[in-house]
Amino acid sequence: MMPYVATAFFAAPLPLAFINWHSFFFFLFAAVACGFAVAVVAADNVVRMAFYLVLSLGATAGLFFLAGAEFVGAMQLMIYVGGTLVLLVFGVMLTAQAPFVSIKGNGRDRVVAGVVGIVLLAVLLQAALSVTSWRQPAAGIVAEPAATPIGMALVGVRVDEPGVGAPARNVRPGYVLPFEIVSIHLLVVLVGAAYLARAKRRKTPRAIEVAASVEPPASVAEHAAIGRDRSRGASVLSGGR
Amino acid sequence: MADFLINTLGLPAWLAWSITAMVAAVLILNVIAGGALAFIWAERKIAGRIQDRLGPTRTGGKFGWLQSLADGIKLLAKEDLMPDGADGMLFRIAPYVSFCASFCAFIAFPFAFDFIGQRLNVGVFFVIAVLGLEVFGVILAGYASASKWSLFGAMREAAQVVSYEVPLGMCVVVPVMLAGSMDLVTIAEKQGGWFTSWFLFHDPFTFVVFWIYVTCAIASVNRAPFDLAEAESELVAGFHTEYSGLRWSYFFMAEYGSMFLVSALAAILFMGGWNGPVPVASILGLSEGTSDTANYFVRLLGMVNLLGKATLGVLAMMWIRWTLPRLRIDQVMATCLKYCTPLAAAMFLGAMLWQIALPGGLVPGLRRPAAEIREGWLPGPGGAARSVGEDAGAVVKVGA
Repeated sequence: MMPYVATAFFAAPLPLAFINWHSFFFFLFAAVACGFAVAVVAADNVVRMAFYLVLSLGATAGLFFLAGAEFVGAMQLMIYVGGTLVLLVFGVMLTAQAPFVSIKGNGRDRVVAGVVGIVLLAVLLQAALSVTSWRQPAAGIVAEPAATPIGMALVGVRVDEPGVGAPARNVRPGYVLPFEIVSIHLLVVLVGAAYLARAKRRKTPRAIEVAASVEPPASVAEHAAIGRDRSRGASVLSGGR
Repeated sequence: MADFLINTLGLPAWLAWSITAMVAAVLILNVIAGGALAFIWAERKIAGRIQDRLGPTRTGGKFGWLQSLADGIKLLAKEDLMPDGADGMLFRIAPYVSFCASFCAFIAFPFAFDFIGQRLNVGVFFVIAVLGLEVFGVILAGYASASKWSLFGAMREAAQVVSYEVPLGMCVVVPVMLAGSMDLVTIAEKQGGWFTSWFLFHDPFTFVVFWIYVTCAIASVNRAPFDLAEAESELVAGFHTEYSGLRWSYFFMAEYGSMFLVSALAAILFMGGWNGPVPVASILGLSEGTSDTANYFVRLLGMVNLLGKATLGVLAMMWIRWTLPRLRIDQVMATCLKYCTPLAAAMFLGAMLWQIALPGGLVPGLRRPAAEIREGWLPGPGGAARSVGEDAGAVVKVGA
């Protein structure tokens, strides 16, 4: 996109009236995204980093909206910006004990990270600049109704690419299989997370049982009964371990 | 409006578009700010009446209706304090983050058929996504205040909002499914006519879903009985303990803006949007498209309808707030995960099955079936192209 936008922007003759405002907003959002991405690296406070990341990702969502990809933009807001929330929460929890805990990498880490980052940037730039066929849209940007075709494709009907003259049953399958695979994967992850985060069984019920068998006051006996039931239930649930 | 400025007044395009954007932004800002002003007064009066008091009576005449304005002036004059240990930048910026999220959600929100900042074809999704970002401001405020109360409040808020987004999303999916579109304008249009065609009365499942939505919406805007983030009796004032003056009031504007937004969203998703319970406009013989004046009148009427419904929603929230006691954090979580989520899932399934079994409704002819024809159902080349073209609607006119 860069070469086209750059030429469109700089080729515009100045009076202000003729500036391509699409390009202007592109540069605005791009500058915010890149600037705060650098700030994420430069900052040394976890919470501030997360906040800069939110701004950077939000600006990226702005770029999507600018390109007319509303669904992708809203997705970006929901998944990436919203997902950073959890990062922020962890940052807060980690640094809450001693505020302004700073994270400073040592010199070696910085060099390695810098090299990796620069190499990645070079690859991406090369890939972006090597495309010569970025086209200038004929008249402004017209938003495609992106959500309906994507949604239909996810349930198996490709309305965006209908076969020419094909009968209705013979449409392409869409993204049902990838969608199902991802769904199952996420389900497995959820179950796994619930398993890992489950409350650990306590050792106390047995001790109380012993105490109860020696000398059972009413309340302790009650406790023990509840404890026995709980432990039995838990052992059934966790496969008798 | 931009066309008018360009063609009639002869303004250059960039100026015309800028002015249009400014007008939309200022209008939305005033909806939030004016709404907050009115609702804070209403809240005081309602709280007073519920607690057998009078509420404000003196400021500005008989009913104390200038009370919010007086409060605003007081807040403006207050010193802007910041604790010593605070993280200055985050502390200062946090209220604006909250307010921005609340404001941004209004951009894609239709007040009547054409009264909308920017029509998005994923309007519901956008509004829900942006509304969820309000919690960022709260967490930043809680962290940056360097106060235990604030931090506890922020952590509770984070847990609560992240949890309640799940059932809220499921509730929102049901009207989206019935309308076959995520476009808020389309969803509201599908419920035109008498109140029987509202999605609230579409089938028993949507009726239940509406109440789950109400519960989750109250929780997601952090109102009592779910106001754990600022539980006065435990946490002084929770996440905004350390704030004073205008920054504090930004949090409140964000809160009242969000309250209004979720109420208006409920009105659009379940209660027919700008379609009144009785189709007054069409009874009077005014319908969309006959003339410009008729169009304007119909839309104005629609806006009054929508604002009325949203205001009712907000008033109901106040009623609930001053009636129910605050829940404990474990009760909040249990309400979400043990009741709201499974119920919402079951109701979603039920609404889906109802739609398959009884697509025409219980009593045929009483109401238009909402979703008999959907965008993109016909996979033939002509059908797809046609429906896609009709659905477009949102044309982003960027660039000169």
